[in-house]
Amino acid sequence: MGVIAATTYDFPSADSLDKFHGNLVAYVGWEDHLLFCAPFAFALPPNTSFKSFCEDMLIKAFKYHPDTQKIDWKSVEWFKSGKPWSPDVNKTLAENGLKHKDALRFRTPGLKGIKESCN
Amino acid sequence: MDMKVKKKLGLKERYSIMTRDLGWDTTFQPMDKVFPYDKFEGIKIHDWDKWEDPFRLTMESYWKYQAEKERKLYAIIDAFNQNNGHLNVTDARYINTIKLFLNGVSPLEYMAHRGFAHVGRQLTGVGARVACQMQSIDEIRHIQTQIHSMSNYNKFYNGFHDFTHMHSRLWYLSVPRSFFDDAITAGPFEYMVAIGFAFEYVLTNLLFVPFISGAAYNGDMGAATFGFSAQSDEARHMTLGLECIKFMLEQDPDNLPIVQGWIDKWTWRGTRVLMLVGTMMDYMLPKRVMSWKEAWEIYFEENGGALFKDLARYGIKVPKCAETATIEKEHITHQTWAALYQYGAATNFHTWIPSPEEMDWLSEKYPNTFDKYYRPRLEYWAEETKKGNRFYTETLPQLCQVCQVPMFFTEPSDPTKICCRESDYKEEKFHFCSDHCKEIFDNEPEKYIQAWLPTHQVFQGNCFPEGADPSAPDFDPLAELLKYYHFNVGRDNMDFEGSEDQKNFAAWRDISVKN
Repeated sequence: MGVIAATTYDFPSADSLDKFHGNLVAYVGWEDHLLFCAPFAFALPPNTSFKSFCEDMLIKAFKYHPDTQKIDWKSVEWFKSGKPWSPDVNKTLAENGLKHKDALRFRTPGLKGIKESCN
Repeated sequence: MDMKVKKKLGLKERYSIMTRDLGWDTTFQPMDKVFPYDKFEGIKIHDWDKWEDPFRLTMESYWKYQAEKERKLYAIIDAFNQNNGHLNVTDARYINTIKLFLNGVSPLEYMAHRGFAHVGRQLTGVGARVACQMQSIDEIRHIQTQIHSMSNYNKFYNGFHDFTHMHSRLWYLSVPRSFFDDAITAGPFEYMVAIGFAFEYVLTNLLFVPFISGAAYNGDMGAATFGFSAQSDEARHMTLGLECIKFMLEQDPDNLPIVQGWIDKWTWRGTRVLMLVGTMMDYMLPKRVMSWKEAWEIYFEENGGALFKDLARYGIKVPKCAETATIEKEHITHQTWAALYQYGAATNFHTWIPSPEEMDWLSEKYPNTFDKYYRPRLEYWAEETKKGNRFYTETLPQLCQVCQVPMFFTEPSDPTKICCRESDYKEEKFHFCSDHCKEIFDNEPEKYIQAWLPTHQVFQGNCFPEGADPSAPDFDPLAELLKYYHFNVGRDNMDFEGSEDQKNFAAWRDISVKN
């Protein structure tokens, strides 16, 4: 199906990659930690190393949670579009195949939030 | 000599002369060229004369009724303002519900006014056009009376000063705004189903009844009165929406699947907007009327159920989303308040943690969910706040491409997992909060790829004031964003505890009750 319109209907996407000044957008949610209401959005250069993405940007975004200090990045399980994903931490986002507007989630085994309530 | 006096016209005749007889068929140009926009959606109308006018109201009597209501309304507003009625509300937190209403809902009245004016020009049938004209006038009256009723608060409290500017810019206001933008850019029949039926008929009671009784319960006679003044119009609007649905279904069997698709879509779109009202009921009213869950049960499950039973004879089914919405009724207000609370640096009203008694009320009203899923986070935030560590998130949230709500809804089958759906369209990924938003996108991707999503707009650099330089070393994106929003930082936003509103209200109330 498609839009039914009175006349030709063809408009560009508001969020295509070319509109982000060289950055790509990635979303990251932390499983079992709903203290953060929704996954976070990041706009960042594709050549950012995955290690720095985790250890600088994610740590900063999630720092309010007491579990954040306990994250062992080596045992973290990653999901991309809901499917298991194994990024190489020493490579960049682009080298890991991360695309514009990809949705990532990570699970930290053993950490289940405030009083194990998934918060 | 006896004068021959003509008999006065009967109501019916008068009505017909003053409404339908005002229309005519054009002869210089074919009617199809004069009314080119009511066929492309695929709705087939064979006889516009079959349109039953839900209210046999002429413009003349319309003005009379409305003028009478205006007189009463303004008398009460004047009395309320002159007697410092704002100091009689339950507590200053209540005023934040008024801010939410003025910023989030009143501009929708204006959009409804524009929408009905537009559709009134597009439909060929004169009966439908007269009805749209009256509703269009009603809607502009509603926003006017709302602005007048609430303007008194603007003299004393923060967050009211620039609602038209904020409505089209603020992150959370993109939810109601995009809802109406979506409706007004549809064809005339879809607009009638979206606003006339799904919003005005199926969902309006969930908006007006809780809000207005909430105002009355909390001592706000100003807001309660504009609500009552609008209520009799709402009854007329509901009837128009229903008449329009029945008319389409009676005109041609081919109309049924199109109408059903619109009902499915717009009931869901409306439900997503109403979570703001639900959150107000559960979290923002100091004296609560009923829970969102109870309101949903009465006004959607019972009343809506009866309506759909009535429509079943035309082949209309209960919208598919009703099942999901019924599961979500125990969750969405807690999830919404949590989001508003943590992004409270970027809301133009105050947020807070409910008191222990209020949390007990929530436990009682939500026995299956509150203690298990939501109390732990609120109590944790309360403890941290005591230590001086009030939670404010600065990282922007991922948004749903269709309803534009941050992706905070959980899986219908698992309240500990965020519900994420996605679609690929022309090699770009799009994300949704639910199966229903995804379905809406998949049906019309060309439309929703244009969505103005606040998170992405900030990243693109479109939400900073003129002259801001994002490449400057000391560039502070949040500060610049709040400038672009026209916030009085520290006065409009942040926690209620310690706010200027809280202090002023306490001081003024003190003066009004003591020597």
